[in-house]
Amino acid sequence: MIDFLNSLVVLLNFIIIPGLSYGSQLALGALGVTFVYAILRFANFAHGEIMSFGAMITILFTWFFQSQNIGLGIFPTALLALPIGIIATIILCIISDKFVFQYYRHQKSVPVVLAMVSIGVMFVVNAIIRIIIGTETIKFSDGQKFIMKAKQFKLMTGLNEGLALKSSQVITIFLTIILLSFTFWFLQKTKTGKSMRAFSDNEDLALLSGINPDRVVFITWMIVGVLACVAGTLYGLDKSYKPIIYLNLVLPVFASAIVGGIGNPFGAVVGGYVIAFSEIMITYAYKKFFVYILPGPLEPSGLVQLLSTDYKFAVSFTILVIVLLIRPSGIFKGRVL
Amino acid sequence: MMKFERYEWIAIAIMISLFIFVGFIQGWSVSLVILNMCIISAIMTMGVNISWGYAGVINFGVMGFLAMGGLAAVIVSYPPIREAWQVGGTGLGISLILLAMLVFAVMYINKVVTKKSSKYWINSIIIILGIIIIRHFYLNATANIEDVNPALAGFLGGLGLPIIFSWFVGGLFAAGVAFVIGKVALGLRSDYLAIVTLGISEIVVSVLKHEEWLSRGVKNVIGLKRPVPYEIDLQNADWFINLVTYLNSSKLNNVIDINDRQQLLNNLIIDGSGIFVKLSYAILFLIVMLIIFYFANKAQLSPWGRMMRAIRDNETAANAMGKDVVKQHLIIFVIGAAIVGVAGAMLVTLDGLFTPSGYRPLRFTFIIWIMVIVGGSGNNLGAIFGGFVIWFAWIEAAPLTTFIINQLTLGLEPTNALKVHLLDSVPYFRYLFMGLILLLILRYRPKGIIPERVRHS
Amino acid sequence: MNNLIGKNLTAGYGGVDIIKDINLEVNEGEIVVIVGPNGAGKSTAMKALLGMLSLTSGSVEYSNKEISSMLPQNRINLGLAFVPQTNNVFTGMTVEENLEMGGFLREDDIIHTINDVYDLFPILKQKRNQSAGELSGGQRQQVAFGRALMTKPKILMLDEPTAGVSPIVMDELFSRIIEVRKTGVGILMVEQNAKQALSIADRGYVLVNGKNSRDGSGEELLNNPAVRKSFLGG
Repeated sequence: MIDFLNSLVVLLNFIIIPGLSYGSQLALGALGVTFVYAILRFANFAHGEIMSFGAMITILFTWFFQSQNIGLGIFPTALLALPIGIIATIILCIISDKFVFQYYRHQKSVPVVLAMVSIGVMFVVNAIIRIIIGTETIKFSDGQKFIMKAKQFKLMTGLNEGLALKSSQVITIFLTIILLSFTFWFLQKTKTGKSMRAFSDNEDLALLSGINPDRVVFITWMIVGVLACVAGTLYGLDKSYKPIIYLNLVLPVFASAIVGGIGNPFGAVVGGYVIAFSEIMITYAYKKFFVYILPGPLEPSGLVQLLSTDYKFAVSFTILVIVLLIRPSGIFKGRVL
Repeated sequence: MMKFERYEWIAIAIMISLFIFVGFIQGWSVSLVILNMCIISAIMTMGVNISWGYAGVINFGVMGFLAMGGLAAVIVSYPPIREAWQVGGTGLGISLILLAMLVFAVMYINKVVTKKSSKYWINSIIIILGIIIIRHFYLNATANIEDVNPALAGFLGGLGLPIIFSWFVGGLFAAGVAFVIGKVALGLRSDYLAIVTLGISEIVVSVLKHEEWLSRGVKNVIGLKRPVPYEIDLQNADWFINLVTYLNSSKLNNVIDINDRQQLLNNLIIDGSGIFVKLSYAILFLIVMLIIFYFANKAQLSPWGRMMRAIRDNETAANAMGKDVVKQHLIIFVIGAAIVGVAGAMLVTLDGLFTPSGYRPLRFTFIIWIMVIVGGSGNNLGAIFGGFVIWFAWIEAAPLTTFIINQLTLGLEPTNALKVHLLDSVPYFRYLFMGLILLLILRYRPKGIIPERVRHS
Repeated sequence: MNNLIGKNLTAGYGGVDIIKDINLEVNEGEIVVIVGPNGAGKSTAMKALLGMLSLTSGSVEYSNKEISSMLPQNRINLGLAFVPQTNNVFTGMTVEENLEMGGFLREDDIIHTINDVYDLFPILKQKRNQSAGELSGGQRQQVAFGRALMTKPKILMLDEPTAGVSPIVMDELFSRIIEVRKTGVGILMVEQNAKQALSIADRGYVLVNGKNSRDGSGEELLNNPAVRKSFLGG
């Protein structure tokens, strides 16, 4: 019985909690990508950089607040700076739309051209980030780092295995729940949200119903800005902020959006968790788990690891390829907001 | 033979004068270094341009194909490490045979079992069992190989052939990978295809990074043999010394003191050997570039090229005309990737080292795409021009930025925080330039600087 | 009284004029049908009235007001409504949401209008929470119709409302159209099923090769031997 509990704690500590928090970050990112895809109808390669930009602004203001000795006690100061980061990210999105994307939308350019354009935006934002904050790894989490340390848990329960709970993980999951509920409430229940779904569903008919496309696009960028900034900041808070890592993050984010069914917000969220859990589960060494759960003679000698952690990143793409082959529209049918 | 339009001649003249300009301002050595990379970039760009410009098939896997070319350079030229083969060769052989058996088993089951659900189940079980067995042999073998003198070797080595063969082999390697990718992914919508190829290229690179028995992974392979002479050999070769003496005879005759003269001659020989090596590379690369350019143009003007354009411009109609669009897309995707692979092998040849962790999408996929778009997709000369101009801008962005920042902050103290920060950030401005160039071209000259010629077919 | 008049309309796509010098008029409370052979420019004429393509020459007037250069959305706001032939519902949204979107521009409470639509098409009330993409062709047509009615239009334009539905459903739809007319709405529709359409029409226009060929009351056209011969099937 104790062994069983220990094995459960192992799973919880090394798979479920990290998976939930990484999955939440991916889900928020993928939701942003899916919004752009559903409303503006292109694959936005700049999304990773937008996330990075939001995180950067949040960090800059975190530093400012820290220097002024303004803080939130046990919570990281970044939470206080987050709203400013969000506003800045929204402004970035709207500026890039006004100066870049809008033109191609009015030209009715094909999606591939818009994707190329987004690569241009990606380069520019990437450069701005590098110029402002450099390329060094930055740790900006402060406040109480752990809600529960492994040692405390062991003392508390008397189990062999510890369960660590980082505050960044709890904050990630908590914020994600709030944002996702708000987004889905907005899409399902408000008139504006419904009009966005209508626009995504059938643009011509939406125009015939008097839905103002400029307003829909504007609100889309606002939502994308919020989601991207929060996702980027949470990722940085959880792992540590490295400006150039976001270019690599854009791939699992895309994978999540496509696996779930691109253009489908619910799918994007599910896709995020699917990708996160598969990355972690496939590259986790289950030895410890099996040592607890199996009787002595059956205990494994190796690590019981399907793939080395080196390939963590490749997992998301393998899943993406498999999904595209078996069910090209994604788990949930894509292309409807 | 193709005739150039006037603006195309102007483009060629601009490219040549850029190098002469740099030669006079920053020295011929710098100019040749840039030129060599420009030529390699141009070959990559032609590869992408063939699939995208001719047929509209998007290939965001450039980085992966370059890395395959690089791997070819290592495998062809590095001397074999017999010890590694002895300890691990058998194990690898067995795993390879088992893998082949697994593939055949899956194919057989696909043929025999018709019921879809049971097919999936049987296949999954066989694949999982197969992988467990293969892993046993494979991990033992690779661990043994990686234990062989890890500081210097730790991998299988190569064939020990002249590296120049690898240019061809690199093309084949890339083509092989492209064939698999194409089989899997072509037929997807172009933006999905872009993401999938980008992702698979990441997988290719991460395999090269982590399979140390094959490529030494992040430990890098250094000291690859050159196809051209080494500077040190040149400096001691009589014919080269005579050549330098002859070329600079007037300069040398002006120096009266015999010691000074020897000193000057030595300097000239050292400089000259560097330039000679780079020039040899440039000539080799130029030959490859011109060959590819010739055939690329010939292909574009052929009935096959016409068919590709027809497919690109109207896939539905081409489909209706009985053209097998997916097959043609596969062919052109493979050809384009092969050319990129050639460039990848040349790149490693030029560097003399293979660093898998150096393959990053920003530098090796997106910049190449900027070259294609800026140059003009569908026009081979445009592709070359794009490769030259963008690489040139990429390199010269830093000195230009330094100059601009210094001009703008002329009034500020040298210790001014803003000025220091900006000057520290100079290397990052090249990304800004790249993005702006791409955005401006897409906005104001969407068909590129040298657009595709309108052909009436 | 509200009416929509197209005067000397010439328009087309990509520089090629499909309709030439066409005159059309529809008044409140009447059903007007445009009939004609395939490629005669019937749908084009309707789209020109709505502003979905720009006019080469001619003008559109609504209640004595020139609206030729107005955006389609703004014309919707004035009291025009349009039901396209295809892709005329939001497939991913429920029936009720489709109706709500139809009333997007309305500031007042739209629940009464929704109930009016449900009274008109009782089946939609049953399926109100089902997504429109899952409905049958005829039911979708009703959703599309209902969505257009949500703006309480004065003039309603229907582009082949009965395309691809069974004859029974077609009769049902026509009877609904008559009911809508009773509420004072003017209806302009393009129809392939010319015979049935003309039989419920107050007036009709015959277009041939992008030009007005004939017009008159529905009965007149139905009984006209030339019209019968050319495309009413004798």
